[in-house]
Amino acid sequence: MLTILFDGIAYGMLLFVLACGLSITLGLMNFINLAHGSFAMAGGYCTVILVNRLGVPFALGLPIAFLVTAALGGLFERTLYVHVYARSHLDQVLFTIGLVFMSVAAIDYVMGSSQQFVLIPEALQGQFIVFGVGMSKYRLLIILICGLLTVGLQLMIAKTRFGSRLRAAVDDQRVARGLGINVGAVFTLTFAFGSGLAGLGGALGAEILGLDPTFPLKFLIYFLIVVTVGGTSSITGPFLASILLGIADVAGKYYVPKLGAFVIYTIMILVLIWRPQGLFARSTAR
Amino acid sequence: MVRSYFLVAAAVALGLSAADTAFAQDTVKIGFILPMTGQQQSTGKQEAAAIKLYTAQHGDTVAGKKIELIIRDDAAVPDNTKRIAQELIVNDKVTFLAGFGVTPAALSVAPLSAESKTPEIVTAAGTSIITEKSPYIARTSFTLAQSTVPMADWAADNGIKKVVTMISDYAPGVDAEKSFTAEFKKKGGDVLESIRFPLANPDFAPFLQRAADQKPDAIFVFVPSGQGGTFVKQFVERGLDKAGIKIIGPGDVMDDDLVNGMGDAVIGTVTAHLYSADHDSAANKAFVAAFKKANDGMRPNFMAVSAYDGMNLIYEALKKTGGKTDGDSLIEAIKGMAWESPRGPISIDAQTRDIIQNIYIRKVEKKNGELYNVEFATFPAVKDPVKAAEQK
Repeated sequence: MLTILFDGIAYGMLLFVLACGLSITLGLMNFINLAHGSFAMAGGYCTVILVNRLGVPFALGLPIAFLVTAALGGLFERTLYVHVYARSHLDQVLFTIGLVFMSVAAIDYVMGSSQQFVLIPEALQGQFIVFGVGMSKYRLLIILICGLLTVGLQLMIAKTRFGSRLRAAVDDQRVARGLGINVGAVFTLTFAFGSGLAGLGGALGAEILGLDPTFPLKFLIYFLIVVTVGGTSSITGPFLASILLGIADVAGKYYVPKLGAFVIYTIMILVLIWRPQGLFARSTAR
Repeated sequence: MVRSYFLVAAAVALGLSAADTAFAQDTVKIGFILPMTGQQQSTGKQEAAAIKLYTAQHGDTVAGKKIELIIRDDAAVPDNTKRIAQELIVNDKVTFLAGFGVTPAALSVAPLSAESKTPEIVTAAGTSIITEKSPYIARTSFTLAQSTVPMADWAADNGIKKVVTMISDYAPGVDAEKSFTAEFKKKGGDVLESIRFPLANPDFAPFLQRAADQKPDAIFVFVPSGQGGTFVKQFVERGLDKAGIKIIGPGDVMDDDLVNGMGDAVIGTVTAHLYSADHDSAANKAFVAAFKKANDGMRPNFMAVSAYDGMNLIYEALKKTGGKTDGDSLIEAIKGMAWESPRGPISIDAQTRDIIQNIYIRKVEKKNGELYNVEFATFPAVKDPVKAAEQK
């Protein structure tokens, strides 16, 4: 039972790392970036190439995947996304879905359609047994990394100057600009960081969620559920939402395998009926 | 003026097409419909490579006719398959249709094959009922039941009494579960639970936990080709192999195409299947060597050998009919044909037109630094159990 709790938390944390970038961009820039999953996939494939083909150690492969994806995110933001900010949400959706299809086709062409396996190091295989609870070493690593990331993110947003600039830009762009905050640079950096996190999540998740060219489409729905349930105005919202969803998903599949996969959707429906703005959002008008 | 222009053009076109049919007498066209893109891409890739290898080895002339191969991509979407098959039959006037990466693709073309009396050679799809849908269908691939039933027999005969079945919830998975469970129960085994998980879900953690908590002797697993490695990795990660639980299943989960990339965690997995690249026969060693040479070291898998045998079937059928290309003579020639394939001895059942082949029980072992499915037991001349049961 505790193993299920442990697994659920690991899964939830992974979902959080993957989805928080989306939540931030949605909340910050009011921009619906459905191509978020493509950055996650890019991070995953980056790690596959580094670790499997070039022999880079796994511990290095993860941060490199983060940096590469962040750079990619920054580049795309400056060159492509910046033109679509002012457009309607529908245009943004169409644009980003187009990006998703392009990325899927590109990866399919370059890397082939089959599942990719990341060669994780010996030290991460197997599990610890602590007080009779089996804890997979790899999932433990996920919880550690994601936990540190969450704490770091929260500190950054609450305690640093960049964080306060970010929060100002989220609350009211025009006033922030009026105060001399370079909102454009804040956007680019945040977008890059969010995409980098997605890439890191994709790299970490390849072992658990699988990695193939259809990854962005398969998991888009999960990212959107996390953002919907968690709201877009804080970090803690999506964090708690992901944990909740992760545990519910894993526990549901364990106790009721036939309906297990549907638990996530049921929770989303119930939450939205009860609180349409998400569990943890302030009901702000935009 | 314009009208006469059109009349002349039409006359010329007619003349050319008539000349075309005259040439067609000496050319036999084979239309292969394979998934060269999409989820089943690896099937298409393996089969196309095997077809090219066969042509390179055996030439392109049979019984005085020139063989022309047409390979078309349907991306494993049945609507595409049907459309392409129509074009091949009507426009290209193929003598044989072959390929069909998934069951719906093969089924969608069956009525066309029956109506146009074109032999349909199935070299990939694996559901038992396919050959019943048209009297012109013959198969050189396999049926899923051919693998799962011997697996159940072997398990029951080797001390495995309690099994939990875990399958992906889609047609082949359900097929595998049903055929395995029926046979295993018949031999006195006990299926503790039948767990089905969604097709698109690669996180097996909670399902594995649930299966393990029932303390079975073995877990029978069937997942789509790419997920086998992930499944076994998570199995080992949980320490279930140390808890004395074995993994058994049809060989699809340890596909030769992917097994070498799965990591050492899969060593020891026992599966039942029609072909292993490690099969110890002269014919297979030659086949594997030639295949690797022509394809950058890529290992052939059960799809490749099915396509290779499909080509052999076509060539031998033409030889037997002396070059006659009507569907009835060809199908008659195909019924009962038997030969030594790289996988072992195979034959085409004269009554069902389905393949009869050996099924091998094999274990994943490391040989020369690579992971192979090493055969250690054989079920000879296995007919498709589903149709065989109906015949009794």
